[in-house]
Amino acid sequence: MNTVRVTPRTECPIESEHAASPDTHHRDGQMVAGAPTGPLQDSNSAKHATERQPVQGRDPATDFVVEVRDLSLWYGNVRALTNVSIGFPRNKVTALIGPSGCGKSTLLRTINRMNELIPGVRTEGQALLNGVDVYGRNVDPVEVRRRVGMVFQKPNPFPRSIRDNILYGAKINGYRGNYDELVERSLKQAALWNEVKENLKKSGIALSGGQQQRLCIARAVAISPEVLLMDEPASALDPISTVKIEDLMRDLVREYTIIIVTHNMQQAARVSDYTAFMLSDEETKGQLVEFGRTEELFTNPRDRRTEDYITGRFG
Amino acid sequence: MAARTDSFSSAGEFRANLPLRKWKGYIFSALGILSIVIALGTLLTLLFDVVQDGLPWLDWQFITSFDSRFAQRAGLRAALAGTLWMMALTILFALPLGVLSAVYLEEYAGDNWFTRFIQVNISNLAGVPSIVYGLLGLQIFVRLFNLNRSILAGALTMVLLVLPIIIVAAREAIRAVPSSMRDASLALGATRSQTVRHHVLPYAFPGILTGNILAASRAIGETAPVLVIGALAYVATTPTGPLSRFTVLPIQIFNWTSKPQKDFHGLAAAGIVLLLVVLLSMNSVAIYLRQRLYKRF
Repeated sequence: MNTVRVTPRTECPIESEHAASPDTHHRDGQMVAGAPTGPLQDSNSAKHATERQPVQGRDPATDFVVEVRDLSLWYGNVRALTNVSIGFPRNKVTALIGPSGCGKSTLLRTINRMNELIPGVRTEGQALLNGVDVYGRNVDPVEVRRRVGMVFQKPNPFPRSIRDNILYGAKINGYRGNYDELVERSLKQAALWNEVKENLKKSGIALSGGQQQRLCIARAVAISPEVLLMDEPASALDPISTVKIEDLMRDLVREYTIIIVTHNMQQAARVSDYTAFMLSDEETKGQLVEFGRTEELFTNPRDRRTEDYITGRFG
Repeated sequence: MAARTDSFSSAGEFRANLPLRKWKGYIFSALGILSIVIALGTLLTLLFDVVQDGLPWLDWQFITSFDSRFAQRAGLRAALAGTLWMMALTILFALPLGVLSAVYLEEYAGDNWFTRFIQVNISNLAGVPSIVYGLLGLQIFVRLFNLNRSILAGALTMVLLVLPIIIVAAREAIRAVPSSMRDASLALGATRSQTVRHHVLPYAFPGILTGNILAASRAIGETAPVLVIGALAYVATTPTGPLSRFTVLPIQIFNWTSKPQKDFHGLAAAGIVLLLVVLLSMNSVAIYLRQRLYKRF
């Protein structure tokens, strides 16, 4: 299977997956469907979605919630991502690791088009969210962001009550269900309900840092996102709060697909099912070096640079 | 082991010279205190002098009477009403205009030469002598718009005068809103205008109110532009609407100080005290609102 790898620089996740776990059985057709496609590929999304639907069951190696294809990004004239192709499997935690400035946060933010808020950003390529290219001509970034939940590095609850924090996204997006139920369900999903249920009117910014971050997670899941992006969600928190967030991610992944950017390799090893290693070097900025099952990538990296990074030889 | 002493000895490559450094610190803070004493001392002396002269004249009759040739019967009812009318109208127009301009410049306008040109000129406008605004107002509002020498014409002229102040303050306040707040809102699927209306403006509102206080303080004491517009020195009626003719407190005060009789100088002092009272009560309302909003956040 390793012979399939033609371009070692930006590997296709599917192929990596094959190489990493030869015991899983894949059909060739699925492999091709998940592989990066050329620019001539029709971007009509609905068609893709039907094509890619696996025949029996859902195979994590082909059932991608988000699939990035040949994505490049520039901040003005500075390139930040180079032809990245990667698929994020459904109901799995995928960790993006790599040294500072390797483009992992940028990649994360291409998925909900948050990069566009920075002036002078240019994106090329596709990012399919359940088959729909979020960069498609008829796709509004506001609609994309409703479908993609995001948790930021620094907890950023609104200076409003806990309840209003949860309900804000629901209200602006025309949620028709019961507000009280939504608040309770979201806070329970974020493992915060028992701590705040007595006082939902309390201001979100009066909570502790760890609680604030869980409130932000609750706020993100309240709009029923199709994927949950987490940009170093625990890096501003103490160790106990960090453990809580990590436990929470393992709970959430049963219902959601999570993509997490982290600087902490132990954290990546603890919480993620899949790991992608990214790197920027002189000639290629923001490249995907290796993608695979977390266990495989950490115990048996195939790329020399991955091995150097995870053994602490640089970065 | 070294012997125990109760002070560190200076040794090695470091010469800390702590006494001299501390002395410089004392001199620095003493200079600061001296500056405050000079600034506040002058102000307090002035206030004391004015209050001493004006207090005997400050009574209910002074507030409720119109101006008169006789100092004993003169009051500033018309001027007080004119000032209140004008301030209300000025804020009514200037606040939304200024805040929306600031929102546009901060949240929507890109960073290009045109917006930079606008920004530089807004700062320049804040430094234009007020009489120039008066002339502009006379030409545009009084003559072109045919508003005559009314409160509305005066208020609109004042709007021009205070807009730069409000815009600059509102921009500062909007810029101080953490971008994480905008990110949080946008990431939940809010549009840009929802983000501005629901999060940025409420967050920036206390700072915007501070700008409003500054603007009101400037406008209430301005004499030159209203003089050019043609506010009257002698008005014997209170305004009945925005199109009434009017006078304002600074003009009334100016008028009294230019009279030869000593009694009118006392009246002027009393007028100044009242002007300060109006200004301070307006500002207290704004400060109260600001504190209440701060508490919410």
